[in-house]
Amino acid sequence: MIVAIASGKGGTGKTTVATNLALSIGKARLLDCDVEEPNVNIFLNAELKHLKDVNVMIPSINKQKCTLCGECAKACRYNALAVLPKDIMFFSELCHGCGLCKLVCPYNAINEVPKKIGEILYGSKNGIELYQGLLNIGEAMATPVIRELKNFSSQNTIIDAPPGNACPTMEAMRDADYIILVTEPTPFGLHDLKIAVEIVKKFKIPFGIIINKYGIGNEDVEKYCRHEGIKILMKLPHSKKIAELYSVGKPFIEEMDEWRDKFLNMYEEIKDEATRYSKR
Amino acid sequence: MKQLVIASGKGGAGKTTLAAAFASIVKNAVFADCDVDASNLHLIFHPEIKERFNFKGMDVATVDHEKCIMCMECKNSCRFDAITEKIEILPEKCEGCGVCEYVCPTDAIKMVENIAGETYVSSSRFGWLVHARLNIGEEPSGKLVSIVRNKAKEIAEKYGKEFIIIDSSPGVGCPVIASIGGANLVVVVVEATAAAIHDMKRVMEVANHFKVPYVVCINKYNINEEKTKEIENFCMDNGIKIVGKIPYDTVVTEAMVNGKTIVEYDKKMAELIEDIWINVEENL
Repeated sequence: MIVAIASGKGGTGKTTVATNLALSIGKARLLDCDVEEPNVNIFLNAELKHLKDVNVMIPSINKQKCTLCGECAKACRYNALAVLPKDIMFFSELCHGCGLCKLVCPYNAINEVPKKIGEILYGSKNGIELYQGLLNIGEAMATPVIRELKNFSSQNTIIDAPPGNACPTMEAMRDADYIILVTEPTPFGLHDLKIAVEIVKKFKIPFGIIINKYGIGNEDVEKYCRHEGIKILMKLPHSKKIAELYSVGKPFIEEMDEWRDKFLNMYEEIKDEATRYSKR
Repeated sequence: MKQLVIASGKGGAGKTTLAAAFASIVKNAVFADCDVDASNLHLIFHPEIKERFNFKGMDVATVDHEKCIMCMECKNSCRFDAITEKIEILPEKCEGCGVCEYVCPTDAIKMVENIAGETYVSSSRFGWLVHARLNIGEEPSGKLVSIVRNKAKEIAEKYGKEFIIIDSSPGVGCPVIASIGGANLVVVVVEATAAAIHDMKRVMEVANHFKVPYVVCINKYNINEEKTKEIENFCMDNGIKIVGKIPYDTVVTEAMVNGKTIVEYDKKMAELIEDIWINVEENL
């Protein structure tokens, strides 16, 4: 089963839930799909090794063959190519690697070459196998790294999704069997949660909510969930101890053992629901 | 006119709280909410929308199944896995490149215009706010960020405003690059936690990459004073200016629940933010 942990708003506790859940299960695979800012290993502390590069294909122009006809620049919808009177320019940061320029070139002047945009790292510790994506600084597109990372899904896989409600988040949760949305009981948390719920509903994946920092803010998140019939899986209290453990990169179940069973029970509950859902 | 970006790498570090707090103090600024897929600034600004514009995203492929002969050329050529076995387009995966339209031998695929959201120019008790809404499942957030920034610039020029204050999204990818590129200064907000320090360093690298200078504001510094020390040492070693330190305090959430900035809500916070702004302005 693949469980994705997402949130809409950043900093609500996705990584906290992902790591503590994985450690409670004991034997799990964790994919850190927040490839822009991967934080899982701050809590796991595994020795990470390079597993593979993530490349996109970009055009390489043979200037001997190029007649500056401008077909490629006309076709490119990302404005990544510009033809000047005496030269052709390529802006790699705008290129999505779709390959259209090569297809349209009438003179066979365009070849495609790989360009590294990130990498996949691997490490294991305490029964957890961690696969971490890392986007290179200055690269805009996180999605290809996430797509590559998801190829490592297997049994008991937990996906730590990036924040937000845009393409990287959607890519991370797309093929999950269950989605946990982590929120905080504040107006910001609720606003972004509502958008995330709409996306999850669109994907038709069963989901539930964890309210983190329970006790701050107000009751509006709970009211919203009751009104919408959304399941609240767990409430993590707003606690100084949890915040302090978080600040030094320590999973809180290591010092608050009673939570292991709570996470395990929740995981069993989720498994049942995902199974029921898949049989429908 | 000077453009200031509030960034953090890590989500929930306090970007929007700080941006809104500046709104209470800086009178000659236009505000731009560039966290377009999870925007929150309007929850404090309570803006009144004066103008709205459709946001045209990338075109999206559509299939005419009468013409389609199921040759699979499009599916095999699509690099984004946006076409299914049944030759249906997955709009949320389609990046609008047009390869499928080009390779289709029977002209069954057309790229069509796609309204992906809206941008707004609004007035508020803090002056102008430019913000946006991205439709569910839409892709080009970087493009929308650029549009919001351009609109903010237009307004600032029109009304002779001195500053544009940009609230950016977490991370270091597409929307953050679009927020930081060409700005005058980044305020990197960092909490006193190991994860936030890690993320701060990555966002600083992005700023370095685009040659935009930056300063640091430490938030919730009293959660872990050792981590605060670690940030201070890092900044000292690297010649990075710290513009201020904000404590963890329940008034921050209380202000948010009441739809107010922390400056409006708490006198002590107001004094603190005023000092932070003076330090920011010195570096702008």
